[in-house]
Amino acid sequence: MVRTDILIIGAGPVGLFTVFEAGLLKMKCHLIDVLPKPGGQCSELYPKKPIYDIPGYPEILADELTNKLLEQSKQFEPGFTLGERAESLNREEDGSFTVITNKGTVHKAPIVVIAGGLGSFEPRKPNIPIIEKFENKGVHYFIQDPEIFRDKKVAIAGGGDSALDWTILLSGIASEVTLIHRSNEFRGALSSVEKVQQLKDAKRVNVKTSAQVVNLMGSEYLESILIDQSNHPQKELEVDHFIPLFGLLPKLGPISNWGLEIEKNAIKVNNSLDYQTNIPGVFAVGDVNIYPGKLKLILCGFHEATVMCQYAFKIINPEKRFLLKYTTVTGVNGFDGSSKSTPKSIVKKIQ
Amino acid sequence: MDKSTVKIHITDRSGLSHLIDAPTDMGMNLMEVIRSYELEDEGTVGICGGMSMCASCQCYINSAHDLKIPSQEERLMLSEAFNIQENSRLSCQIFISNDLDGLKLTIAPGE
Repeated sequence: MVRTDILIIGAGPVGLFTVFEAGLLKMKCHLIDVLPKPGGQCSELYPKKPIYDIPGYPEILADELTNKLLEQSKQFEPGFTLGERAESLNREEDGSFTVITNKGTVHKAPIVVIAGGLGSFEPRKPNIPIIEKFENKGVHYFIQDPEIFRDKKVAIAGGGDSALDWTILLSGIASEVTLIHRSNEFRGALSSVEKVQQLKDAKRVNVKTSAQVVNLMGSEYLESILIDQSNHPQKELEVDHFIPLFGLLPKLGPISNWGLEIEKNAIKVNNSLDYQTNIPGVFAVGDVNIYPGKLKLILCGFHEATVMCQYAFKIINPEKRFLLKYTTVTGVNGFDGSSKSTPKSIVKKIQ
Repeated sequence: MDKSTVKIHITDRSGLSHLIDAPTDMGMNLMEVIRSYELEDEGTVGICGGMSMCASCQCYINSAHDLKIPSQEERLMLSEAFNIQENSRLSCQIFISNDLDGLKLTIAPGE
């Protein structure tokens, strides 16, 4: 079981900055994110896009911002549960919360902060009515262990980076790889597109463009797929596995069943005080919350996280007096033993 | 209304039609206009913010307006979108201008 002071759901920019602000108040954080790496939308949707409205940065790439926030929070030694989705929230008898993920990891903390952005990123599933029947029985939306495809016949659908990358990788593992895309243009790195072209020319992969998978067949496990290609008759292709890679789409997901007040797909919070939700001890910051005048901006999320941490401190330490401190005055003392402070001024007489 | 707005006919996902005024002088695109009038649930249109990186703002153009042809980025995103039709466009890539007066469109189903 993971125990911490503040459990943060969502490791995007606002969740990461919460670690820093909480650390200044000597509270320890742990983050849960459905994505395999921190950064949230900044990593998943637009890592190479510049952001122009972070104060002090005239221009910064989204993944660069993630890296800087990670660096800033590192001294406060945050824990991470990555690649898992927070599934349930329960209040224990002692007043603390238990959050369990879809993989069964149990987290316990007196404070829960939802910094979930637009929700958890779920795979976009193609419009094939029968597809759910074959999920994990030949149909996969993620690849965790490429070895399961060794010497198997695999079909991949999609036209982006992940479809290209997995086509390249599986061409050396699977006995047969077919890449199916609705267009003949691919939306990936040029080097990947060229590599797939080479593999196609060498007849190591089959590429079907202007084509899509319209049906799946099999008794219990997937046995074949039906491909509709323009100017061709529909064709059945025998496969062991079908991997549709159409990117990810954020969904609010299980959070919407936690008894939180939801409005316009977002969690209502008290913005006049502390960004707390209708469940005392559960806060929501960043794009996932809503209040009158809400702006979905990273910089507003930073403010919300900072204010929220002050109130979280009061809940965890009801007896302690506290006054806001300035890092310029007191420096930053990390949980890892590191210490940063303003260099002492040198006093010297002028003779 | 002054001359800095155009009329747009929008059919939402539930089939309701709306005749709305869209400003031509605010650098807005159709996706933003749809969101500013709250025609769909928040968080279901324009998820990527208008970067042609998702297809949540897909719409079908139902009038014969002469629109700029889609950029390569928009075309590639549409090639991965679902519920595609001949007249599919990403509404975030269509900027409000005087030539759009009377444009008719339907918001494509959500994914």
